[in-house]
Amino acid sequence: MQKLDYLKETPSQTAGPYVHIGLTPNQLGIEGIYPTDLGSSPIRPGAQGQEITITGTVQDGAGMILRDALIESWQADANGIYPGNDPRGAADPNVTGWARIIADFDSGEWTLKTIKPGRVPFPDGRLMAPHIALWIVARGVNLGLQTRIYFEDEDNSSCPVLARIEHRARLDTLIARKTGDGSYRFDIILQGENETVFFDM
Amino acid sequence: MTLRNDLDRGPLFFRDRDWHPAAYTPGYKTSMTRAPHRPLVAMGSTLSEETGPAFGHSMIGERDNNLILNFTGQPAIGERIIMHGRVLDESGRGVPNVLVEIWQANAGGRYRHKKDSYAAPLDPNFGGCGRTISGPDGAYEFLTIRPGAYPWPNRVNDWRPMHIHISVFGSGFGQRLITQMYFEGDSLIARCPIVNTIGQDRAIQALVAPLDMNRAIPMDCLAYKFDIVLRGRRQSFFENRKEGL
Repeated sequence: MQKLDYLKETPSQTAGPYVHIGLTPNQLGIEGIYPTDLGSSPIRPGAQGQEITITGTVQDGAGMILRDALIESWQADANGIYPGNDPRGAADPNVTGWARIIADFDSGEWTLKTIKPGRVPFPDGRLMAPHIALWIVARGVNLGLQTRIYFEDEDNSSCPVLARIEHRARLDTLIARKTGDGSYRFDIILQGENETVFFDM
Repeated sequence: MTLRNDLDRGPLFFRDRDWHPAAYTPGYKTSMTRAPHRPLVAMGSTLSEETGPAFGHSMIGERDNNLILNFTGQPAIGERIIMHGRVLDESGRGVPNVLVEIWQANAGGRYRHKKDSYAAPLDPNFGGCGRTISGPDGAYEFLTIRPGAYPWPNRVNDWRPMHIHISVFGSGFGQRLITQMYFEGDSLIARCPIVNTIGQDRAIQALVAPLDMNRAIPMDCLAYKFDIVLRGRRQSFFENRKEGL
């Protein structure tokens, strides 16, 4: 038999408690190496679409709020086109789509200021409901966790990804709650009752 | 339907979750309350995982990949080393334009971080981070110092082997990966509960960088080679389509 000579993906290791040194040194207070931290905002002035602010925390299975979580977000523009390498064409030039967000060192709260993304097609052409993809790392997390933020005030009923969630009660864990005009709350629960849905995609 | 098997387009290979560390690994105590207990919702990638931001070489400063000099301009204390390798995908292709970011302790095993209170002193000339973007063939390199081992609160006497943290950002958000590089010959590797979150020895060996005397610079520095492999991309000619479409 011939050899199937694919390489194996490099195994993951935890980001550990000192992830800020590498990924957000300026926010940690290590200044002078990089002029700014990468991913400080997913939008620039002039980005089209509804401006929104999402606030939340990351909690562990004992109910403790993590102070050392780092989240990255990735989203489409208001028309549902991804910046970068979307094969369907160019996105809004004022939407970079990617942000790096850290939990506050004291309160553990994180905030994402962005615009609400449009609907993006699933591989079979059906549209996914507006969502922001998240990747979460922290001390004690051995492999980055994938989840998504959906929105309470959007029609989520026909999203083909949400349709895959067998336990319908858990769907609520992916939906940001509206707390005001353009503001939302999204708490991520790593373990236990109301555990957030995480994906393997 | 066009064939989409470019380096930066197309569905991602499925992740081998038996190769990666499990989420719940009691030897590493912090994982016990931070590991999801419910099954992951598994499905193929979508555009949200297959796309990603573009990183340009212009974002990177000249000294960003030189941890010996990038903090103050005066040299950091420690054993000078080159860390180099290629970023590949699972099909073995070199991947260009990958953002590679690293962070590490200083030569004494101390991090420049408000949460680190280890007895070893800070080095006034060592910040501890570096970044670069892979070249056309996926190659990358850093000049740094060998980080020290250090104790950490887990079991009574646990020590981290010498290691460098690495974050890689390929062309798709679903390829996002953080890992750690270890050094050939370090006796602490086999004893480390974080290393041992990985179940297969072959996977652990994939994180151990060999000494590379071909790349060492005589009378200047040693070198270690560390290739990084990202999730591959599938050819999608026959990708999930309903019959007749």
